[in-house]
Amino acid sequence: MFDGFGAVELARAQFAFTMSFHIVFPAFSIGLASYLAVLEALWLWSGRDVFLDLFKYWLKIFAVAFGMGVVSGIVMSYQFGTNWSTYADKTGPVIGPLMAYEVLTAFFLEAGFLGVMLFGLERVGHRLHFLATLMVAIGTLISAFWILAANSWMQTPAGYAVNADGQFVTESWLGVIFNPSFPYRLVHMVLAAYLTTALVVGAVGAAHLLRNRNLAGARVMFSMAMWMATLVAPLQILAGDQHGLNTLEHQPAKVMAMEGHFTSHPNGAPLVLFGLPNQAAGKVDYAIEVPRLSSLILKHSLDAPLAGLDTVARDNWPPVPIIFWSFRIMVGMGFLMLGLGLLSLWMRCWGTLYESRLLHIFATAMGPAGFVAVLAGWFTTEVGRQPFTVYGVLRTADSASPLAAPAVGSSLLAFVIVYFIVYAAGLTYLFRLMAQPPQHGEQGPSGDMASHAAGITPAAGVAAEGAVR
Amino acid sequence: MTGGIDIAIIWAFIIAFAVFVYVVMDGFDLGLGILFPLFPAKSDRDVIMNSVAPVWDGNETWLVLGGGGLMAAFPLAYAVLMPALYTPIIAMLIGLVFRGVAFEFRWRTTQQQQNRWDIAFAGGSLLAALAQGIALGAILQGVHVEGRHYAGGWWDWLTPFSILTGLAIAVGYALLGATWLVLKTAGDLRDKAYHLCWYLLFAMLGAIAAVSIATPFLHKQYEARWFAWPNILLTAPVPLAVAAVTVLLLRSLAAKQDSRPFFLTLALFALSYAGLGVSMYPYIVPQSITIWQAASPANSQIFMLFGVSILIPLILGYTAWAYWVFRGKVRAGSGYH
Repeated sequence: MFDGFGAVELARAQFAFTMSFHIVFPAFSIGLASYLAVLEALWLWSGRDVFLDLFKYWLKIFAVAFGMGVVSGIVMSYQFGTNWSTYADKTGPVIGPLMAYEVLTAFFLEAGFLGVMLFGLERVGHRLHFLATLMVAIGTLISAFWILAANSWMQTPAGYAVNADGQFVTESWLGVIFNPSFPYRLVHMVLAAYLTTALVVGAVGAAHLLRNRNLAGARVMFSMAMWMATLVAPLQILAGDQHGLNTLEHQPAKVMAMEGHFTSHPNGAPLVLFGLPNQAAGKVDYAIEVPRLSSLILKHSLDAPLAGLDTVARDNWPPVPIIFWSFRIMVGMGFLMLGLGLLSLWMRCWGTLYESRLLHIFATAMGPAGFVAVLAGWFTTEVGRQPFTVYGVLRTADSASPLAAPAVGSSLLAFVIVYFIVYAAGLTYLFRLMAQPPQHGEQGPSGDMASHAAGITPAAGVAAEGAVR
Repeated sequence: MTGGIDIAIIWAFIIAFAVFVYVVMDGFDLGLGILFPLFPAKSDRDVIMNSVAPVWDGNETWLVLGGGGLMAAFPLAYAVLMPALYTPIIAMLIGLVFRGVAFEFRWRTTQQQQNRWDIAFAGGSLLAALAQGIALGAILQGVHVEGRHYAGGWWDWLTPFSILTGLAIAVGYALLGATWLVLKTAGDLRDKAYHLCWYLLFAMLGAIAAVSIATPFLHKQYEARWFAWPNILLTAPVPLAVAAVTVLLLRSLAAKQDSRPFFLTLALFALSYAGLGVSMYPYIVPQSITIWQAASPANSQIFMLFGVSILIPLILGYTAWAYWVFRGKVRAGSGYH
């Protein structure tokens, strides 16, 4: 099936495939965990049942999504060794500890409190349960901190030296962790996760409002989600712009590929809106350009010079067409989100937030927009790092395991089949859960079912000597 | 590895500890999957799933720590072993994917489909257990290393010995699963689990004996380690302790002391594990790479040691709390799901 591809290409395809399937779940669960913590806090503070109903409604969805994120994440943690063993040997002393800290400070925290969060509402007090929810939410953010530190170090390596065995070793841990692109990437990704979740919550709320605009739970979740879109979308565009400027400073070739600048522009570079980048010819075919706008955006001056890929050795070029397009998809999604946020604010001011079918249809259609933007953004930054694994220092071709192509091809095929089965089922269940409107007296995933069951049939409870509580 | 000698040993113990905690925590959890086909009734299966649903995720996190920790503390060993164990590792991951999602998926489907996720849970658990055992056997028999790379083929791991260790681990996990059911369930389900314990215990003792007899034949060094004077003074107590624990285990099964068999089985695992340590030390990739050769620079290991010494006790603390919250017997109709 994969004849004609080398082991390195297949290993890259496998990483891209398994990572793409994985990333959407953390992106969703980072935002959803925080949303659940907010809902539970609002319930404890206000005592309004609608918040508890929404908490339980989204908790069921969280349970399914989190499980899928965990299993696809275990795959990632072993893939560094299976397909990228040379990379693992060389970067292990630097990247390894960051990932070990992620496991110790984040994964255990999430996993340790997840059971109580999912099934323990009736077993521990409300406050202790809220603490569990909060720990899970904090865990997801700590996890983002470490994994983005590791990822950013690969993009903008700092604080290291190379030892006699060719391994990267650390000279300064602060330098490694707080490498130049880390703060920007962390902010951009966490905001992306919050937006992604807000769009999903908003779409579910909107879809139920289209059927019944008086549904209390749908109204509350839709309003909360639209506030997030209104406030966070502009912040995200600002954060993205800052991240872009940081990339221009540290990884100029990536920005050249994003912009489609094959040639240098000494007197102001145009913004290429669309076109077909031609890597072989080193130009953008059928380009539609706005003169000098790129210089204005990147250098804040209409006639600032901008270097092009002609200043970079050809064997250090990243694959331009992929980056050019994925970047445009991400930016396009960002502006659509901004549009949704502004439209909802307008409707809110006119008092038609819960009535406007136009807004509800738009919000429903935007449900997957966050995932699309996250994937497109990751493609932009990761493909933009090529042809290196550690930018400018370690080439992708020199990072792979000494494996024959058939071995890597077979495992790739296995993952493709397994993921399609598992993800098709998972998405079906998620859609099924979301298709139900949130009910008054919503059931959780279930500890409450357990205690309710025990409550309904006290005889069973009495008979259960030694049973929990 | 200047100045890294002592800390490398500490890290070898930390990794070994993480892997052992993984075996302790996820072993019974995989074992339940292996035993699933023997409990066809839906109500029994619901109870079995509920007995572990709140904690399985934490259990598997130890595997991530084992893998991630190995890459961080002994990157060379990680880089050599993962390609050497390529197929078993991929098979294990796929098994874990299927069984992991089954925990939630089986509650989200219609009756007929639920059965399908029960098959995924059982099949995935068995596959993961066999793959872990095979990987263990493949490590013990040694891998072909040249320079800093694995230099063997992608089927080198497959030998009669690795198949034996694969079966041994699957049987051992099944016994852990059965003793867990004795601990956590009641009525007919518990009685059936007791019944299974007998068969599984004898199978596990047979497996321990077979692996113990086969191991010294793999390498001269293993033989010397176990039987040469004066080592034998230190190694002889291991099989004696196995015999003593076995007697206690048989008595607790006969007397139906629900809370004991699980912990005694864990003791059997601990002894077998200690035996493995005796065989392997000081190698991390047997006969090729020692723990000092594979160690990360001291500053990487020290940086992590800070975290580990504070966080591991904390993790063990809140994990114990989670088990405490869901303590006691689980019954049909009063599960967490």
